[in-house]
Amino acid sequence: MKSEPDMIESIDKYLRGEMPPEEKNAFEKLRQENFDFDDQVVSHAEFLKVIHGLGERDKLVSKMNSIHDSLDVEEMKREVLPRELFIKSIWDKYRINISVAASVAIVSVLFTMLVSGYFSSTKSNYSALRRKLDIEISNLKKSQNAIIKNIKGRVSPRISSPGKFGGTGFALSENGYIVTNYHVVKGADSVYIQNTGGESFKVKVVYQDPAYDIAVLQVTDPEFKLGSLPYTLKKSESDLGEDVFTMGFPKDSIVYTKGYVSSNNGFSGDTLQYQVAIPVNPGNSGGPLLDVKGNVIGVISGKQTLSDGAAFAVKSNYLLKSLETVSKDSLDNEIVLSKKNLLSGLSRKDQIKKMKNFTFMVKVY
Amino acid sequence: MSREIKGSVPTDSEIILGILNNSQDILEKLYKGYFPMILQLVLTNSGDEDDAKDVFQESIIVLYNKVKRGNFELNSKLKTFIYSVCRRIWLKKLSTKSRSAGRIEDFEDVVQVEDDLEQREEQDNKFKQMEQSLSNLGEPCKTIIEDFYIRNKTMQDICEKFGYTNADNAKNQKYKCLQRLKKLFFQDKI
Repeated sequence: MKSEPDMIESIDKYLRGEMPPEEKNAFEKLRQENFDFDDQVVSHAEFLKVIHGLGERDKLVSKMNSIHDSLDVEEMKREVLPRELFIKSIWDKYRINISVAASVAIVSVLFTMLVSGYFSSTKSNYSALRRKLDIEISNLKKSQNAIIKNIKGRVSPRISSPGKFGGTGFALSENGYIVTNYHVVKGADSVYIQNTGGESFKVKVVYQDPAYDIAVLQVTDPEFKLGSLPYTLKKSESDLGEDVFTMGFPKDSIVYTKGYVSSNNGFSGDTLQYQVAIPVNPGNSGGPLLDVKGNVIGVISGKQTLSDGAAFAVKSNYLLKSLETVSKDSLDNEIVLSKKNLLSGLSRKDQIKKMKNFTFMVKVY
Repeated sequence: MSREIKGSVPTDSEIILGILNNSQDILEKLYKGYFPMILQLVLTNSGDEDDAKDVFQESIIVLYNKVKRGNFELNSKLKTFIYSVCRRIWLKKLSTKSRSAGRIEDFEDVVQVEDDLEQREEQDNKFKQMEQSLSNLGEPCKTIIEDFYIRNKTMQDICEKFGYTNADNAKNQKYKCLQRLKKLFFQDKI
């Protein structure tokens, strides 16, 4: 019997088919006679088969990998998948990234909208510029009460006018018609106007146009006298950048402010109005908006609460349009609009001086 | 919904002959011809292209083993066989990943391939075991064994490569390595 290494050696030789014929015959004869030997041959062969198979497999895999690398898998995907599934496969791959990005975007948009006050109704950005009077009055009362206490009732309290709202109005015609905003006189019990001299006159509301935010008042007091109007209502639209000024009553005495036309559309694109860059406050509503030549180009009606310097004025051509619809029967006298402009060419100071006689505080009770 | 897969694929018998002859050309045509089908299968059933590659290559290995074992009877089209093997493998992977409850959207006919896959799995375990044992064997034994038994080099070549002074030394070395490998292989078996 051979030594173990020699035996393996000869089995290897046999399995590889490298044995000369006579040796092979002897080998096979030995296998038939000696079962132990045969067993050894078989188990060795089995073992080698595993090694060999592993080698074969690795070789095959590396061949396939090199073939695979030469393929254009992306192109194949496009060909193999229906369009929507190709997109779906991309979607599956990037779903998480996309959803994270989307949620971040949504959250930040919502947050921004919340912070910027978008959810509070957009209309609330618009504030009509009539002045609430009773607050001031109650403040006044309070301070008066304080004074009264201090002086131990020696002075009787002045009875203040119980005006609820205040606005501005300006003369429309020589015969006592005054124009203001509809929202100033809305729901009024009685309406008075007060001139810059401090005289009050009772007026009645002869015309209301909520759509254009226009109201026409008529002075009923026969004492009321107006000279001829120095300004006209402009029939065409004004251009952007036009210098404008207004006068009004955000407080008890008349206030002059100036600015320029900044847009041909008003709040939220309202074509009835101009957007005007002019500082106005509650109480300015109904005031005349004049250009440098002294033409009335609009009626101050409101401002945007959240942005500075954006006020709105009803365009004069719409004012005229609205006035055309006033029924003649509702009026005692015809509204005769002024056709002569006496303000053009005057200095601003003189324009104001003339203008203030035709501008009134409107007090609403 | 399925679309006709384009590409010139050799006939089934050509492929089988090619496999038996270890033809690189046939392997390439086989691969290019049938991979798109499997790509489609895997992609439409919540897999990606790497999954498709693994599954497809495994099915080719199954096919090669089956053909080379010599008992290959083609009782279906080769295409159907490959598709069925891949489908079976992918279903199994899906269920282990538990990504899908074993449902799959089919594009082709399917034949029974369970036996082939069982054999394949058994063999795969042996291969893994062998790979492990070989890597535990260390150098130069690993290379000697691989050179002799896998790459079919002669003892003379090995002698020269490793600088053994005579063939007997190399033979002894190889014998010792083989014994250690056998020990590792059978001992590690669970």
